[in-house]
Amino acid sequence: MEVLGPDRVTDGSAARRLYSRDGSVIEGGRAGPVCFPETTGEVVGCVQAARAHGRAFVPRGAGTGLTGGSVPCDDPVMIVTTRMNQILEVDRGRRVAWVEPGVVNLDLAHHLAGSGLHFAPDPSSQQACTIGGNVANNSGGPHCLAYGVTSAHVAAVEVVLSDGTVVVLGEEQGDSVGLDLRGAFVGGEGTLGVATKIAVRLTQDPPKVATLLLDFVEVADAATTVSAIIAAGVLPAALELMDRRVVEAVEPFVHAGYPLDAAAVLIVELDGLPGGVAHEVGLVTRIGSQGGARTVRLAADDAERDRIWKGRKSAFGAIANIRPDYYLHDTVIPRTKLAGVLDEVYAIAERHDLLVMNVFHAGDGNLHPLLLFDSREPGVMERVLAAGEEIVRASLAAGGVLSGEHGIGLEKRRFMSLQFSPEDLAAQDALRRAFDPDGIANPLKVLPTGASCGDVNALDVVPDGVWV
Amino acid sequence: MNALDTFRDAVGESGAVCVRGGGTRWAVGGLPRPGTREVVAPSGVKRHDPAEMIVSVGAGTPLGDLREVLRPTGQETTLDGPDGCTVGGVLAVGHSSLRRARVGALTDALLEANCVGANGRTFTAGGPTVKNVTGYDLCRLLVGSLGTLALMGEVLLRTRPAPEHAMWLEGEVEPDEVAAACYRPSCVLWDGTTTSVCLEGYQVDVVEEVSILRRLGFREVGGSPVLPPFRARWAGNVPEGAVLEIGTGVLHQPLPADLPLVDPAVARLAGRVKVSFDPTGRLNPGRDPYREAA
Repeated sequence: MEVLGPDRVTDGSAARRLYSRDGSVIEGGRAGPVCFPETTGEVVGCVQAARAHGRAFVPRGAGTGLTGGSVPCDDPVMIVTTRMNQILEVDRGRRVAWVEPGVVNLDLAHHLAGSGLHFAPDPSSQQACTIGGNVANNSGGPHCLAYGVTSAHVAAVEVVLSDGTVVVLGEEQGDSVGLDLRGAFVGGEGTLGVATKIAVRLTQDPPKVATLLLDFVEVADAATTVSAIIAAGVLPAALELMDRRVVEAVEPFVHAGYPLDAAAVLIVELDGLPGGVAHEVGLVTRIGSQGGARTVRLAADDAERDRIWKGRKSAFGAIANIRPDYYLHDTVIPRTKLAGVLDEVYAIAERHDLLVMNVFHAGDGNLHPLLLFDSREPGVMERVLAAGEEIVRASLAAGGVLSGEHGIGLEKRRFMSLQFSPEDLAAQDALRRAFDPDGIANPLKVLPTGASCGDVNALDVVPDGVWV
Repeated sequence: MNALDTFRDAVGESGAVCVRGGGTRWAVGGLPRPGTREVVAPSGVKRHDPAEMIVSVGAGTPLGDLREVLRPTGQETTLDGPDGCTVGGVLAVGHSSLRRARVGALTDALLEANCVGANGRTFTAGGPTVKNVTGYDLCRLLVGSLGTLALMGEVLLRTRPAPEHAMWLEGEVEPDEVAAACYRPSCVLWDGTTTSVCLEGYQVDVVEEVSILRRLGFREVGGSPVLPPFRARWAGNVPEGAVLEIGTGVLHQPLPADLPLVDPAVARLAGRVKVSFDPTGRLNPGRDPYREAA
């Protein structure tokens, strides 16, 4: 059967090598034929070709995922959606846009700029990651604190199921008719089918935005201030924490005005109508000062706000100057436990003789501890993995969860039974089997199966250019 | 034995079973098959943590009781329903609040659910934190499933700051004019002639937007208009006596609506989901989430 012309499918060794990896530390994946469909019909053809040849298939967007979600096991057909990159329709009246899965998140943002509307999820990889990938991972980003993660912004999705059937799940407006299969599909990490068209909800731009920078001499004070702000009834648009090492890494490049002697800084963004924003600026200023902030700086204009955010968003590029490699985790803990768990994270890193940096979505308790190292140092990877596992366990012990926005993929399968009972996992598997009875959609991901993914066993090389 | 275990034992491992909440929307999606055993989910607010913006509550708790607990803390949930409804009933029916534009969709409200499955054993869907992508999103699947996949015993809900001030207005003005004049009004309704608007937020902002709407011809009223009892999906016109929710496409109308046409491929997928969770069809037999118009 011929599904795609020769220019859009390849089983060359270079392509198969390239598509054997994603943004994670996981090596050893093995890609089969790599396909670049441009239409829903061609995706159906790819799925049917995989079935005809007794192979699995793996959907893939830009490959920026951090948990091996698109790392192929055992030569599956790779369905790469990057050529499905059209913004099909923007309905400003109903505030819905239909896009293809390969549209880059930031391209959609640029397309909508000036319309008064925007797509709220803004993962740090947004200059590269695709909307299809956002749907697969139920991605987050700094501004998901008030606005919610991707699922809250996906109205409907056209899906090619693993039997080649095409379904549209969800509605352009309002609640789903019947079961919320749309809600179940989002975050399925490519194991429930391939998204081929997505109706995203568009959010009205806020008339007023205020960005505050607070600095602290104690990390614990910054952490406690986070929960004090929430407890006071303020739900900021974004609430980010960066610790001293991050500040030291980015300030020389960005000149955001972060105090270099601070143990931690908080970025607090408040938005809405002017009266409420002014009120909340006063409230956050007072809470911060009472909580030990040395200074509370309100960005005077857009340029200053952009500089404050640029420091946050370039944190991961600046890290290369400290150590060549890093490995990051993505757990969530109750925000009232931030101070204690951060203490533990520092102690774990110290015990394993590793540098750790923290830059994360503090407002929703979403930790992103970065372990820094030089992979050329013998034995260092064992220490990195051991420290990572201890951080995961500490997060669970504090009442947290394994992942806030990066997903499970291959990386965290082995931890799933720490969070979930066999009955919990059986219920999740019931959903998966309903969508993919034959187990050919991105197999071996998310749920622990006992089976290993081909040759994937070592988490021993960290790629360049990872975002959080 | 805790309340969830008691609920589990009441559900048992066999026989048709359904959960009775407040009974306020008992017929939505069809009545339980005659002879189906009724059970009642645990009741009571277990824990409200304002700094985490979460509340843990028995699914059988009357929504009014939950509101009473939350009110002094200045927080609320996304849940809304008729007087006498329960938390579990609202989640099972799955209708978002009229104030969805402010408080979010109901499907985003449920963080964690301790359930009894068709096999009579308990399992947990979701997780205890406000942000979580660990594993499959069973919580969103459960909302609106009318108890046909699993029975919710205890749930953890997202809370959020309640508005300081609220105001309803109405006027013989096109709803599009409201969208242009206001920032994210909580609710906009249109009956073909009159637009009703709910503004919520800090008082200073609400007062300012009220004055803008007054200039457009709106007047302040005591509250939401009375909505006709049946729901339908908007098909491009607002019939006599009906009220349209702008932004959600839900039409409230005096007469029952025709059932929606469901794509057979979606129906097959939904059928596989049902069989996968409840192979013998013992959970809420007779009920079908696709047998309601909107």
